[in-house]
Amino acid sequence: MKALNEMHLNFPSISTNEGFARAVVAAFAVQLDPTVDELCDLKTAVSEAVTNAIVHGYRDTIGTVYIDCRLLKDNTVQVKVRDHGCGIEDVEQAMEPLFTTAGDERAGLGFAVMKNFMDKLKVQSKLGKGTTVTMEKSFSPRMRQNG
Amino acid sequence: MAKTEKQEEQADQENQANKPVRLLLHENTLTAVISGEIDHHSACEIREIIDMTAMRVRPEELVLDFGAVHFMDSSGVGLILGRCKMMEIWHGHVTIQNMPQKLERIVSLAGLHELCEFRKVDVKHESAE
Repeated sequence: MKALNEMHLNFPSISTNEGFARAVVAAFAVQLDPTVDELCDLKTAVSEAVTNAIVHGYRDTIGTVYIDCRLLKDNTVQVKVRDHGCGIEDVEQAMEPLFTTAGDERAGLGFAVMKNFMDKLKVQSKLGKGTTVTMEKSFSPRMRQNG
Repeated sequence: MAKTEKQEEQADQENQANKPVRLLLHENTLTAVISGEIDHHSACEIREIIDMTAMRVRPEELVLDFGAVHFMDSSGVGLILGRCKMMEIWHGHVTIQNMPQKLERIVSLAGLHELCEFRKVDVKHESAE
């Protein structure tokens, strides 16, 4: 599908960049005039995907996290979060709520949040090659004040 | 030399100037007033600050106040679940205070209402009394 607008971002997998990444995606998506709640959902889902890349993809190393953000027709934003990290052995298992390999302090809810807060979620992963999470969300059409 | 409780409290307050969490100890209740954004990055620091004091004083109740939190992803859920586990060690419990409406979606997704008590309290009003 042809993008009406797009932006690409890459940054090293250090945790200080989590807040930066979700803020950039939210700032880019603002041109679709989302509601505050819709924007909050998008930020949360992006935060989960980026955290997964940092915590799991690049578990014992620092690598590059790539974000490809495209605005599609019908007020839809598509966000692709990619890493060239270790990959996921069993994607279906990883997507089960409460499943985590990261210990007590992780809730295991990352994919559940992405699935619930976005309209579409696709996870592609290959062991040793990396993971790509593709998410889409359509914002509700709103009456615009200036036509 | 052992410090008095007051000295410790004062030292804690001085250390908390630019921290994402402010701790208040009142009788057997430790209140952690969290502010800003809770993600994987900030949750580490918040956890360390809360646990350092909680492990020492072993309060009966740990109140986590989210009134000044404007963003939270599942790391915030992990933070709450981890503190619940810690409090169980000495048979204490966690209370969630002033959870903002906009964070309700992730709270209910995680099923936190079945695990912890929730309440709304005006923190400023309470400390002024």
